Amino acid sequence: MANLNLLQAINQALDIAMAADEKVLCFGEDVGGFGGVFRATSHLQEKYGKARCFNTPLVEQGIIGFANGLAAQGSTPVAEIQFADYIFPAFDQIVNESAKFRYRSGNLFNVGGLTIRAPYGGGIAGGLYHSQSPEAYFAHTPGLKIVVPRNPHQAKGLLLAAIRDPNPVLFFEPKRLYRASTGEVPESDYQLPLGEAEVIKEGSDITLLAWGAQVEVMEQAAELAEKEGISCEIIDLRSILPWDAETVATSVLKTGRLVISHEAPLTGGFAGEIAATIQERCFLYLESPISRVTGMDTPFPLTLEKEYLPDRLKVFEAIKASMAY
Amino acid sequence: MTTTTSSLVHSPTFLKGDEFSIDTFALLKQDGSLFEGATAPELDREKALRIYHTMVFTRVLDERMLAAQRQGRLSFYMQCTGEEAAVIGSAAALDDEDMIMAQYREQGALAYRGFSCDEFMNQMFGNERDYGKGRQMPIHYGSAKLHYMTISSPLATQIPQATGYAYGQKLAGDGHCTITYFGEGAASEGDFHAALNMATVHKVPVIFFCRNNGYAISTPAVEQFAADGVAPRAFGYKMRVIRVDGNDVLAVYQATLEARRLAVEHNQPVLIEAMTYRLAAHSSSDDPSGYRSKKEEEAWREKDPILRMRRWLESREWWSDEEEKALQERLRREVLETMKVAQKRPAPPLESLITDVYDTPTPQLNEQLKALEAHIRRYPEAYPKSSSRVSPTSSSAVTGQGGH
Ligand SMILES: Cc1ncc(C[n+]2csc(CCOP(=O)(O)OP(=O)(O)O)c2C)c(N)n1
Repeated sequence: MANLNLLQAINQALDIAMAADEKVLCFGEDVGGFGGVFRATSHLQEKYGKARCFNTPLVEQGIIGFANGLAAQGSTPVAEIQFADYIFPAFDQIVNESAKFRYRSGNLFNVGGLTIRAPYGGGIAGGLYHSQSPEAYFAHTPGLKIVVPRNPHQAKGLLLAAIRDPNPVLFFEPKRLYRASTGEVPESDYQLPLGEAEVIKEGSDITLLAWGAQVEVMEQAAELAEKEGISCEIIDLRSILPWDAETVATSVLKTGRLVISHEAPLTGGFAGEIAATIQERCFLYLESPISRVTGMDTPFPLTLEKEYLPDRLKVFEAIKASMAY
Repeated sequence: MTTTTSSLVHSPTFLKGDEFSIDTFALLKQDGSLFEGATAPELDREKALRIYHTMVFTRVLDERMLAAQRQGRLSFYMQCTGEEAAVIGSAAALDDEDMIMAQYREQGALAYRGFSCDEFMNQMFGNERDYGKGRQMPIHYGSAKLHYMTISSPLATQIPQATGYAYGQKLAGDGHCTITYFGEGAASEGDFHAALNMATVHKVPVIFFCRNNGYAISTPAVEQFAADGVAPRAFGYKMRVIRVDGNDVLAVYQATLEARRLAVEHNQPVLIEAMTYRLAAHSSSDDPSGYRSKKEEEAWREKDPILRMRRWLESREWWSDEEEKALQERLRREVLETMKVAQKRPAPPLESLITDVYDTPTPQLNEQLKALEAHIRRYPEAYPKSSSRVSPTSSSAVTGQGGH
């Protein structure tokens, strides 16, 4: 075990995947010699050569179109989009192509080898275009898997699973935690399951659900709540698509209450989907309405970022409101 | 209908894409003298000095703001250093009412138009006087008054927009054109190709100005494209094109002047590729020592565009050491003093979170603002930028938008 930060864990996962299988390639803007603007791909070009780890020209639709072709050919591309905000030029390639390759060809062809990595989320003074959480756009697209790790241990295990999963996977990395989150990470090659949520803390009064960087916020809010004698169960969803309704419903059947949090705007956010499903499954057990603590229905601001973001105090208030309903 | 007048040949002949290269237009040598056979464009003293002052201002601003970023006073900064001649020389060749749609490294063009030091600072500190209302990272300037479109971070998106804007100018018949700036990296985006194609098809008065500064963050131009730069792409679209020495302010000025004439008088879009070098890091978050040598940088430092212009000015006796010293000192003081004031100005009001999303905020947005205000009232110490502005009792629903 070594103490790694989230970036180092991602780097290690890529290293292991490339060493284990020569069909694995990684590429994207500045990914080659420099190792990516966040350094997630450091030293991979030195180790595996320019044919397998390289810079691309600056064109996201080209990167993902190229990756789709490569994956269809049988390779295992891990394409980096420099910021999740810049995944939209590749939206067509992802939504219309990656997601539908297998379906439209009756499984004659597929791009299951494809993994797309992108740093996402706020809290880094990035303003409009370096802070977005675009998972909900893609969650509306059957055929994709969407995964969001919350710490280094998860990042390594989930990324290895994503690379080896026979479906196209979007892997959104919480960039605020890149260097801030550190933890023990096994040296070994291990995988964590996609599509399974993780109960990270058991409790009896209320369920708190989040993913990525927002999990930490839930933990902080739970601390405040516990001081007032409220017992919180915390779940990290980990996979947005497919998502683990079973684990969440089981928890809510026990606690009778649910607070969901994400940074993306409220309207059309993935919390809405979860709330609808859990309400269907747990209606008679709910003690209060399912509550969402999210970003506002605005683009991401800069100066008032703190005001905009769902934080521990906002979650704490939602917990109290739910308890007092 | 096909659009070619191609004749038939009967052996397989492949034209070679690598067989031609485009010349570089240059007038001014590094010592400030003209190349043999070169004639300086008509540029009176007043205009020459306006250009030069702007170049020096931009350099001083860059140095000071980078230092401010290093001291933690500013979250982010991007320098224009090394590219002042390309940016300011071209902006100076335009009419002040032509539209500028820039990428992000063109503070010089905006300064040339008269954006004040204070205006720069307010944007960078995202305070209540920032025209963009504190929503974007530092350097995302905009000014409707100065015909400078607000910067957007997603690369290349402004390029097809420039084609559209200029088409509107053509229809309006106001005699103006649009210039759009972008890097050789951004020119890889699909948007670039769409923009050039539509511009020639629809005969649009637009100038595409590529700052080929050698790098897109860490990616050198040789890993960006295999071709001889960006300029040859114009042929594919049947577009006028010129490559200029981007560190030669006179060449850039003259080339842009002529491009503007073609655009405005003949509705001919033009591509200009200015060959230059990004002397600074990509941004304050970048460290170029990870991907290029000091030696390479030094070689380009020798070609400093500001020094080159200064020598030319001196050769005409339009400039002196004393004037230089006085200018530098004045600008340094101005930048520092303005910064201090801007840094202390309050943040934009809380309502600015929900204005400008639509022309008027939706009921949902008003509700969200109300809830946020109530929350801040409960925890004022956690939101110091806004708590003093939230009234202790009433909530503010926004019904109309104050605008610029
Ligand atoms: C669509 C998009 N992709 C990626 C980025 C991240 N990014 C910002 S600047 C930059 C490099 C741009 O290089 P170039 O266009 O050559 O301009 P220069 O910085 O050299 O002036 C990149 C990749 C972005 N802003 N937008």
